[in-house]
Amino acid sequence: MNLILFTFIVLLGFTSYYFGRRKAYTIQSTNKRLTALPQFYGYYLAIWCAIPAFIIFSLWAIFEPTIVKLLILSDYSNQGYLDDELNLIYEKTKALSRGQFTGEITPFIEASAEKYLSLRSIAQSSKAVIVLSIIIASVAYAYKKISSNSRTREPVEKFLKAVLFTASLAAILTTVGIVFSLIFQTIDFFKVIPLFDFVFGTHWYPAKAFVRDSSEALDPTMYSDTFGAVPIFAGTFFIAFIAMCVAIPIGLMSGIYLAEYASVKVRQYAKPLIEILAGIPTVVYGFFAALTVGPFLKEIGNSMGLDVSAESALAAGGVMGIMIIPFISSLSDDVITSVPQSLRDGSYAMGATKSETIKKVIFPAALPGIVGSILLGVSRAIGETMIVVMASGLAANLTLNPLESTSTITAQIVVILIGDQAFGDPKTQAAFALGMSLFLVTLCLNIVALRVVKKYREKYE
Amino acid sequence: MIKINSKNVDVFYGKKQALFNINLDIEENQVTALIGPSGCGKSTFLRCLNRMNDVIDICRVKGQIIINDFDINDKSCDVVRLREKIGMVFQKPNPFPKTIYENISYGPTIHGMAQSKNEMDEIVETSLKKAALWEEVKDRLHEPGTGLSGGQQQRLCIARAISVKPEVILMDEPCSALDPIATAQIEELIDELKKDHTIIIVTHSMAQAARVSQNTGFFHLGELIEHGSTDKIFKNPENKKTQDYITGRFG
Repeated sequence: MNLILFTFIVLLGFTSYYFGRRKAYTIQSTNKRLTALPQFYGYYLAIWCAIPAFIIFSLWAIFEPTIVKLLILSDYSNQGYLDDELNLIYEKTKALSRGQFTGEITPFIEASAEKYLSLRSIAQSSKAVIVLSIIIASVAYAYKKISSNSRTREPVEKFLKAVLFTASLAAILTTVGIVFSLIFQTIDFFKVIPLFDFVFGTHWYPAKAFVRDSSEALDPTMYSDTFGAVPIFAGTFFIAFIAMCVAIPIGLMSGIYLAEYASVKVRQYAKPLIEILAGIPTVVYGFFAALTVGPFLKEIGNSMGLDVSAESALAAGGVMGIMIIPFISSLSDDVITSVPQSLRDGSYAMGATKSETIKKVIFPAALPGIVGSILLGVSRAIGETMIVVMASGLAANLTLNPLESTSTITAQIVVILIGDQAFGDPKTQAAFALGMSLFLVTLCLNIVALRVVKKYREKYE
Repeated sequence: MIKINSKNVDVFYGKKQALFNINLDIEENQVTALIGPSGCGKSTFLRCLNRMNDVIDICRVKGQIIINDFDINDKSCDVVRLREKIGMVFQKPNPFPKTIYENISYGPTIHGMAQSKNEMDEIVETSLKKAALWEEVKDRLHEPGTGLSGGQQQRLCIARAISVKPEVILMDEPCSALDPIATAQIEELIDELKKDHTIIIVTHSMAQAARVSQNTGFFHLGELIEHGSTDKIFKNPENKKTQDYITGRFG
């Protein structure tokens, strides 16, 4: 029903476009100059069709369920039901009307379900009638209004601007929404666990929190020494550090090779091949780290008499570094290529060799951009989850030995949030606190990276 | 005295031939202007003289270019030494995004010309003085060279070129991005520099060629149509095409 209505409105939109343009041509044929190209008249009418439809549809979507619910539940008022019970009755009614109700059917509920169905169908048909009549009225009004000297281009341009603005607003509002969803849970968490214990505590053992029976009263003292985040922060930065030790040199050198030394032909094939690395899902990197690199390192270590855990920070960090290589190499390649040729010429003309030119002129000129690409790589490394979960284990050891297993913020969030959780429990809220701190760290890194990149852009303008 | 002697120089960009059989002698300690309409090959020829065409993958150069009894197109030629001897100034000022001081010290550093900081300071000072820029920048040597005005940037590039004491300076339309006042300063400078250096300048402005040069070569469609003393080329050209170009009938 909705689909038919929607198709109809779209068709109506096209028709009004056609009529608007035709009217424009008619005006033009009387030798009058139009204020805009004929298609703007068409778009103008189509907008007069789209906006009322959109408004009515959204109002309907907001108010229809509420009104229907009120009408259904009015039968049950004054019978001493609690709000929760009323909600349950309404849910039962809806389920029955859809034929999905499996419980005991009482005559009351059956009557309500019938009432529900009839209300819905009335709502549907009245919606169709109202939408169509308003659209036709508004299009007809606009059609009459347009004449040789009416303005159509400006409203159309404004409409487009508004559409684009809404799109970007949606992205921003989502971010704000996510931040707020984190903030409230985080605040609740810190009401139970002191901030100091979280930031400076050295024992992370959330499993201890699993044992609490949720019917017991919350006793903050039982959580001392449970949510000390130092080991996982240390683990996060440690694994990210190992990853960057792999990614920065290899990524940078391959970027420099691609930008300065590779012939057009090599570059043409090599660059997409490197970028394929960026397309591999991180789970697959996780396999690679857990099933190939980890055991391999263990074997090598054992043959040298070292005690290597199969799940080691080195395996996870190393594979994560490989994952980040394409980001750094591709971005730094772009940055280096965008250093103006005139600087290279200037250096070569002084008798500098290629490596001198790269080292002394191109690299410093591209440095801000390269730093930006590295910072973006770091924030990827810190936010990476799957590889760590699969290859570095979940025990939060406070260690700087790359051959032992450690855990990261992201991996701990996974540990906490898979399976059953009770909301309002410090254990669950700990995930939000971790998420919040992760968000803050990567946000800062991204801001710094973008600043640096922006500064670089201004340089050659 | 002949400084540069070019014999039968052909240049190809891929399959397209850009220069045809150029034979041109450049006099020492004089200014030679290369003129001609756009795309005639004058800049290409200029870039042959310090092998800057090597930078372009598809470019091939044939023929001999003899400087100091040595063919620079020979395999044994060391491009680094060659470019130390033959400096270049480009059309658009291209100072490095470094300080003024570092811009000048760049060449002497890579060629190991200064043993101490004092020596380097001296090279920087003399180079900037010779480029008539010292008075304007002596208090801001450690500010970025890109912050100077266009004319100052171009003089900085000239100072950079002369910092390694080249025998020859190639100038590729050095004034085309500058206003008349900055242009006049550069032209004055060129006249000054010819005492110590041989200068070859590519220019679109015939007035400039007439003002600064002693010798002129006229290029057209990749060929050297006519060359000789500037006086003769401008007052009494032998070739009809030269006359047409100089009087502004084409180009």
